Amino acid sequence: MSSVKEPAPDAEEAGTGAYTWTGKSRRWFLKHLPPDKLLPEDQPSYVASWAYVFGMGAVAGLIFIIASGVVLSLNGPQWYHVSSLGHFVNSVHLWSVELFFMFMVVHLWIKFWMAAWRGGRVLTWITGMVAFLVSVVTAFTGYLLQTNFDSQWIAFQAKDALNAAGVGAWFNVANLGQIFMWHITLLPLAVGAVVVLHVLLVRSHGVVPPLDAAETDAQLRETTTSEPDAEANHHD
Amino acid sequence: MGGLVSATSSSISPGIYLGWGDFTIQAGNLIVIIVMLVLFGLALVLPFPGGKGRK
Repeated sequence: MSSVKEPAPDAEEAGTGAYTWTGKSRRWFLKHLPPDKLLPEDQPSYVASWAYVFGMGAVAGLIFIIASGVVLSLNGPQWYHVSSLGHFVNSVHLWSVELFFMFMVVHLWIKFWMAAWRGGRVLTWITGMVAFLVSVVTAFTGYLLQTNFDSQWIAFQAKDALNAAGVGAWFNVANLGQIFMWHITLLPLAVGAVVVLHVLLVRSHGVVPPLDAAETDAQLRETTTSEPDAEANHHD
Repeated sequence: MGGLVSATSSSISPGIYLGWGDFTIQAGNLIVIIVMLVLFGLALVLPFPGGKGRK
């Protein structure tokens, strides 16, 4: 109607589909998780230390837990309580959990003493903490599934605390079938999702530098100093 | 069936408990804690293989 000229369409919007949720999501992921951050070819020199091994050790433990858990759940209790191979896979599942927790706790200690929440990594720290807590609940339901006197004892000690907290009706440790479902569906999904988020955040922000190497960390440098040419040191 | 019975009886064992005064801990739990502390200490002092060759 009027002769007001419409502004030319934004080149990005016209070409990249940034007005759709798929296009916006793609742009967001490419900005925050570019392929070279997701699958880096090298790491800063300080990563060549045993102190940086335990997080991935815990992830390796988790992979063994999930793989052995899938075999256990597909074959069922009549198999893993009686047959030799079932006992073996059951033991692999247990010892993977032991290693998972030991590596995770050592990882937690090392990252605590490194103040690993520095440089905008607070969410990485929080997701790690949530991963630990959800793993404890998942391991607890696993102990309940031993169907022996230990698991009966643990269940009937725990039910009072859970009832006192008001969740006993929905999370009933005396209901073996319900706990079995928690253990093989919801809780593994929760652990897996939180761990994936944790690893993605580590990739996105980069591993935290040791305290005495903080000046080589791009994100810490942005908040502390304004030195322009320190970037060159980051990947060397 | 014999396997089931033996598997059941083996799980009745209360385990080994160590205590100092009021403090009590199961041997297995104590071992796990000591192993984690040792891993923590070793991770700080042991050289990483191939670490020197890197830039």
